[in-house]
Amino acid sequence: MNTTAPKLHVDDLRVAFRTGEGLVEAVRGISFDLGQEKLAIVGESGSGKSTVGRSLLRLHPRSAQVTARAMQFGSTDLLTCSEKTMQGIRGRRISMIMQDPKYSLNPVMRVGDQIAEAFLSHHRVSRKEAEERTLAMLEAVRIREPRRVFRLYPHEVSGGMGQRIMIAMMLITEPEIVIADEPTSALDVSVRLQVLATLDDLVGQRGLGLIFISHDLNLVRSFCDRVLVMYAGRVVESIAAADLEHAQHPYTRGLLAALPSVDERRERLPVLQRDPAWLAA
Amino acid sequence: MAMISVDKLNLTFGAGSDANQVLHDVCFEVGAGEAFGLVGESGSGKTTVLRCLAGQYNHWLGTLAIDGETLGRRLDYARCRKVQMVFQDPYGSLHPRHTVETALAEPLAIHGIGDRSARIDAILTKVGLPTSFRWRYPHQLSGGQRQRVAIARALILEPRILLLDEPTSALDVSVQAEILNLLADLRVRDGLTYLLVTHDLGVVAHLCDRVAVMQQGRIVDLLDTAGIVGCNPEHPYTRMLVEASRHYSREMAADGAARPAVADLAA
Repeated sequence: MNTTAPKLHVDDLRVAFRTGEGLVEAVRGISFDLGQEKLAIVGESGSGKSTVGRSLLRLHPRSAQVTARAMQFGSTDLLTCSEKTMQGIRGRRISMIMQDPKYSLNPVMRVGDQIAEAFLSHHRVSRKEAEERTLAMLEAVRIREPRRVFRLYPHEVSGGMGQRIMIAMMLITEPEIVIADEPTSALDVSVRLQVLATLDDLVGQRGLGLIFISHDLNLVRSFCDRVLVMYAGRVVESIAAADLEHAQHPYTRGLLAALPSVDERRERLPVLQRDPAWLAA
Repeated sequence: MAMISVDKLNLTFGAGSDANQVLHDVCFEVGAGEAFGLVGESGSGKTTVLRCLAGQYNHWLGTLAIDGETLGRRLDYARCRKVQMVFQDPYGSLHPRHTVETALAEPLAIHGIGDRSARIDAILTKVGLPTSFRWRYPHQLSGGQRQRVAIARALILEPRILLLDEPTSALDVSVQAEILNLLADLRVRDGLTYLLVTHDLGVVAHLCDRVAVMQQGRIVDLLDTAGIVGCNPEHPYTRMLVEASRHYSREMAADGAARPAVADLAA
């Protein structure tokens, strides 16, 4: 972690959705700073981790009420800035890698054109130059035959390749922050390693800040620098990834214990016992 | 005697120059009451083996036998009573406009089994759901509850064998633990035989006695799960899988990129 000013400062972020049954609070006051590091947000489905990622880019529908004491990105206040400013940030300075390439790529557009489009919408350059950039980017995410892949449609590429194409698309604008929402959960182990290595290199080489949203504690433990553990819309524990073994909160400990392990065989897996007191914590 | 026996199973899709052989001489046996795992990356053919056994493909070559009886090409009623399958995604495998009761009653109706209401209550209790859930639709259930319904649907015909295709990969860790415990309990209680397909070695090590590692349509390694737990397997591909499930490391990713081809592994 570096000691310079954080890229992103979030203080007391709250997100509530208006529904038929009244207001549902999805995120209930979370605060964190992000520097040049790999920050993980872990938790179960419904804990609000993706909601946090989406609030940073203001991707929520109108039914969402997003409030915070501060949501500062460099000199920009993400809460109050205009939609026009936001468009300059979204995809350009902060970008988001979605979970499943099958659903987030346009099925009727060649993948190369989709990546080039991301670049063209933020830079005034010729189509030719955008194409050159795209090919270089495809190479950077370790796609072996960039020229061939450029011309493929999403259904013609494998899951791992699709995810790397998404990463290429999100990184071509050289953002300062990348939010990765379960980028590898649709991939199997060997491909997962390569996608992670790609992200890892880019954080190291380009000095970007990575928010890694995941439910895989094993992965987060060895891949990220810092971990925020979310439960029911709150951060219950913030801990260095290397210290996850010594987590204090019973929820974090419960999640770790529930993981089946290749190193130790147990008759039964301990099932997480939820304590209502955690909701208030 | 072997409950499931697969001998020289070959499967090819397409014909002529487009032919793509996806299974190459796959052989293994699973004993009665045993839990056997098939692991490998996507495209290695592990789910395809399950689909052949479940009767979803019928142009395979080789010999498949269940409980000593050689399987024919056609899926018959008797086989469905013996072998049932649980699918990966409980969000996709349950009909969105059928209640739990409809989903569970259908196999009973097809097989002309009476006493349906009592059987549905019994099976819901068995998989740990309240009997009032029979009136619910899938969208009123959580992921873990849906997977319990899918398991109940597979078990309602009282099969001897369950084919499990990544039964927990769509679930959270905490819910995964519940489902794995349930599967372990059911196996002991009813003497079921499991054939489990997964890419998570932790799940295999937890639930299975033996495991076959598949790569590009071939079984490249066959070992006791005791051989994975706590010590290093010999086969390089298996070792890579085990290492990858332990943690992420930069070096390993580099090795993964330069993964040896199948021809080298066979040597």
